[in-house]
Amino acid sequence: MMVILRRVAKAGFLNFTRGGLVSFAAVLVMTITLSVITAIILLQAVLYFSLDQIKNKVDVTIYFTVGAPESQIMSLEESLEKLPEVGEVAYISAEEALQIFRERHKDDYPTIQALDEINENPLGAYLNVRAKEISQYEGIANFLKSDNALVLGSVNIIDKVNYHQNKLVIDKLNGIINGAHKLGFLLTLILVIISIIVTFNTIRLTIFISKAEIGVMQLVGASKMRVQGPFMVEGAIYGIIATVATLIIFFPVTIWFGGNMSGFLGMNLFDYYSSNFIQIGIMVLLSGVVLGMVSSFFAVRKYLNK
Amino acid sequence: MIYFNNVSKIYDDDAKALDDVTLTITAGEFVSVVGHSGAGKTSLVKMILADEHPTSGTVFFESINIHNIKNGDLTNLRRRIGVVFQDFKLLPNKTAYENIAFAMEAAGKTDEEIASDVPHVLELVDLSSKIFHFPYQMSGGEQQRLAIARAIINQPELIIADEPTGNLDPINTYEIVQILKKINDLGTTVILTTHNRGVVDSVGKRVVTLEKGKIVRDDKEGKYSL
Repeated sequence: MMVILRRVAKAGFLNFTRGGLVSFAAVLVMTITLSVITAIILLQAVLYFSLDQIKNKVDVTIYFTVGAPESQIMSLEESLEKLPEVGEVAYISAEEALQIFRERHKDDYPTIQALDEINENPLGAYLNVRAKEISQYEGIANFLKSDNALVLGSVNIIDKVNYHQNKLVIDKLNGIINGAHKLGFLLTLILVIISIIVTFNTIRLTIFISKAEIGVMQLVGASKMRVQGPFMVEGAIYGIIATVATLIIFFPVTIWFGGNMSGFLGMNLFDYYSSNFIQIGIMVLLSGVVLGMVSSFFAVRKYLNK
Repeated sequence: MIYFNNVSKIYDDDAKALDDVTLTITAGEFVSVVGHSGAGKTSLVKMILADEHPTSGTVFFESINIHNIKNGDLTNLRRRIGVVFQDFKLLPNKTAYENIAFAMEAAGKTDEEIASDVPHVLELVDLSSKIFHFPYQMSGGEQQRLAIARAIINQPELIIADEPTGNLDPINTYEIVQILKKINDLGTTVILTTHNRGVVDSVGKRVVTLEKGKIVRDDKEGKYSL
C-alpha cells in the first residue's frame, strides 16, 4: 500500500510539473477561488465586528425611585445577574447618576442652575442591563414585570424601565442584525458555490485533456485508484500552491485596507489578518486541497467507464 | 483460449459491427483478422478487452465470461492481455521508461523488477537510446515499438495488435511484424487486425476474414484474399 501511495504521489507531482500552462491556469483559477473565500472570511469579520459594536450600544435601564434602599436594588441586581439571558449588569448609584448628569449638561447653564437651586439630588439610582442577545431584552423586561418572588419586593422601588420606550428601536435593530447575518450567510454561500463551480469546471477541463490517457491507463490494467490517485494529488498540489499565493496576496491587500480604511471599517484589517493568520491559513488550505481533490475525483470518475 | 459464441454487436445508430460471430482461438496461435474498414475487426478485439459489450452472445477468455466479471477481475484480466493500437496510445506526459514502468506498476511489480526489466525490454525493441524521450520526441515506428514493449513487459498470455502498422512506412511495418512473430514464437498468442496485404502474406499463419461483421473465411495458413 505504501508503495502504491508513493507511486501515486510521485505521478501526481510529475503530472503537475509537466502540465505547464494547464497547471498554471488551474492554479490561477484556484487562487481566485481561494481569494474569494479569504475575502469572505475578512468581510464576515468586519460584519460581525460592526454588529457587535451596534449590539453593545443597546441596553435597558431600570430607573429606581428616589431614595430606594440600596439593599433592595442590590438584591434585584443579584437576581438579574442569575438570569441566563443577562450578559452584564451595572449599578449606578444616585450620586453617580447626578455626577453623570452634571457632566453631560455642563454647558447647559439653566439646567445646572435649576439643579443647584433644588439643593438635593432629584435623581434615583439605576441599573444598566445588557443582554447577551438583542432578542433577549423582552425576556428581561418581562421578568421585571413578573410576580417572581425575587422581583416582588422590587416592583415598588422601580420607577420605570426604558425597554418599553425603546422597544421599537430595539426590535428594529434586532431585525436589521438578523437580516445582516442572513444576508451575509446567503452572499457567502452564493459566492462560495460559484467559486467551487468555476474551479470544478477548470479542473474538469484539465482532466478532459487527459481523457484518452485515462482510457489507456485502464487498458494496460491500472486499477481505479492508480488512475484517479495522481489526478487527485495534482488537485491537492493546485490547492497548496494556490493557498500560498492567496495568503501572500492578502498581505499587501490587508496592509492597504489597514492603512486607509480602518476608520470606515471600524477595525484594522491587517491586524485581524495577521493575528488570525494561522486559522485563516488552515481554512484556506483545507478548502483548496479538498476542492482540488474532490473536483479531480469526480472529473476522473466520469471517464472511468468500467 | 478465446471463444466467441454467436456474438453480435449493433450500435445505437443500427449499424451492425458484428453479426453472429463464432470463433475459437487456441493458445499459442497467431491469428490475422482481415477485412475492409468497418468490417468489424476493431469491434472484435475490443470485445476481448471488455472495452465493448456484445448486443447478444458471449465472449470467453479461457473459462471467464468477459462481459460478466466484476471491476477488480476486469483489471486482472487486462493485465493478462497486451495491447498495441494503430495510434499507439502511449501516455504523452510520460517518458519511454515511464510508459513501460506504468504498465509494470499497474501489474504490481516491485521497483527493483521495474528498474531491471524496463531497460531490457527497450533494448529488445531497439529503443535503448530513447529511454528518457517523450512520445512526441519519437518517430511513428519508434512509438509503435515502444507500445509493443509496453504490451509485452508483463509477459501477457495474449497480445492484441489492432492495425499496428496502419500509420507506418514499409520498413517500420516489416520491423513490427517481425517483432510480433518473435513474440508468438516464444509462445504468446497474437491476434493481429490489419488490412495490409503484405503484412498478412508475410506472416503466413491463420487468417480470419471479416465482411460486414460476418466471418466469411477462416484459413489455417491463409493469405490476404479480399
